[in-house]
Amino acid sequence: MTSPETYDALSCQELVELVTDYLEGVMPAELRERFDEHIARCKGCTRYLEQMQLTIRLTGRLTPESITPEAERTLLDAFRSWTR
Amino acid sequence: MSVPRDSREVHSTSRDTDERQLVAALRAGDEAAFRELIERYHLLLVRVAQAYVPTRAIAEDVAAETWLAVVQGIDRFEGRSSLKTWLFRILTNRAKTRGMRERRSLPFSALESEDSAVDPDRFRGPDEPFPRHWSAPPRALPEEELLGQEAREIVQRAIDDLPETQRTVITLRDVDGWSAEEVCNALTLSETNQRVLLHRARSKVRAALEQYLEEQAT
Repeated sequence: MTSPETYDALSCQELVELVTDYLEGVMPAELRERFDEHIARCKGCTRYLEQMQLTIRLTGRLTPESITPEAERTLLDAFRSWTR
Repeated sequence: MSVPRDSREVHSTSRDTDERQLVAALRAGDEAAFRELIERYHLLLVRVAQAYVPTRAIAEDVAAETWLAVVQGIDRFEGRSSLKTWLFRILTNRAKTRGMRERRSLPFSALESEDSAVDPDRFRGPDEPFPRHWSAPPRALPEEELLGQEAREIVQRAIDDLPETQRTVITLRDVDGWSAEEVCNALTLSETNQRVLLHRARSKVRAALEQYLEEQAT
C-alpha cells in the first residue's frame, strides 16, 4: 500500500460503494478522476473492480428463465380463442 | 481506465429487426410469433408484475391480461417505441391498477435498508493507520475456475437469494441485458434507485463468488 495522501481522501471503503456508478458511466467528472487515481495506485481496489466486471460477465452467461410448458399451453390455447 | 460501453448494443439492433418481423407476423395472427414472444417475455412479465401485486397468482393473471391486450391491440402498435417497451408499459399500467386495488404499497418506493457492498471488517478502522483502506484486500480470481458449471450455479444461487427488488433488477439488467432506462421504465424506478438496487445485487453476487473461490483454494 502506498501512502494515504496519494489517495486524495477517497478511501477503499468509499470506492467499493462507487463501483456501479463508475461502471454505469454516471459519475461526475471530478469524482471519476479521483476514482481513477485511486485505482491506479491501489491493487486491492483494482482487483475489486476486476471482480465486479467478472461478476457482470458471469451473470450475463446465465440462461434467461423460460416459460413453463403448462403456462405456454394455457397461453397458446387462449391465443387461439382470441384470434378465432 | 475507460468506462466500458454496453457490449450488447449491436445485439439489440438485430433484435429490433427481429421484433419488427414478429409484430408483422402477430398482426397476421401467426401462432409461432406469439409463441416466440411468450417464450421470450412471459416470465419477465410475471416477474415485473410481482413487484406490484401481492401474489404470484395475481401476477400471472396480470401477465395473461397483458398478452390479451397485446394481441387485441397489435394493430394499433405504431412501432415508435420498441415492442418490448410497449409490452411492459401495458403490463406496468395493469399491474399498478391491480396492485392499488389489492392495496399493496409499491415495494420499489422503499429501498431496502442500507447494506454495504463489502463486509466492513475487511477495512481498517477509523483510528488505525490508513483508515478505511483494505485490511483484507481481494485477491486475483482464477478465471479458469469461473468458467465451469459450478461457478454458474454459485451465481444463480446468489441471485435467487437476493431480496425480490434486487433480484428483479439484476436479472433484467445483467441476465436479460436490458438497459438502465428500460428497467427504470418497466419498474417505474428512479435512475438512482435502479442503480442502488443493481449495486447491492452485484456486490452480493461478487461476494458469493469470492467466497466460493476462497473455499476452493483451501
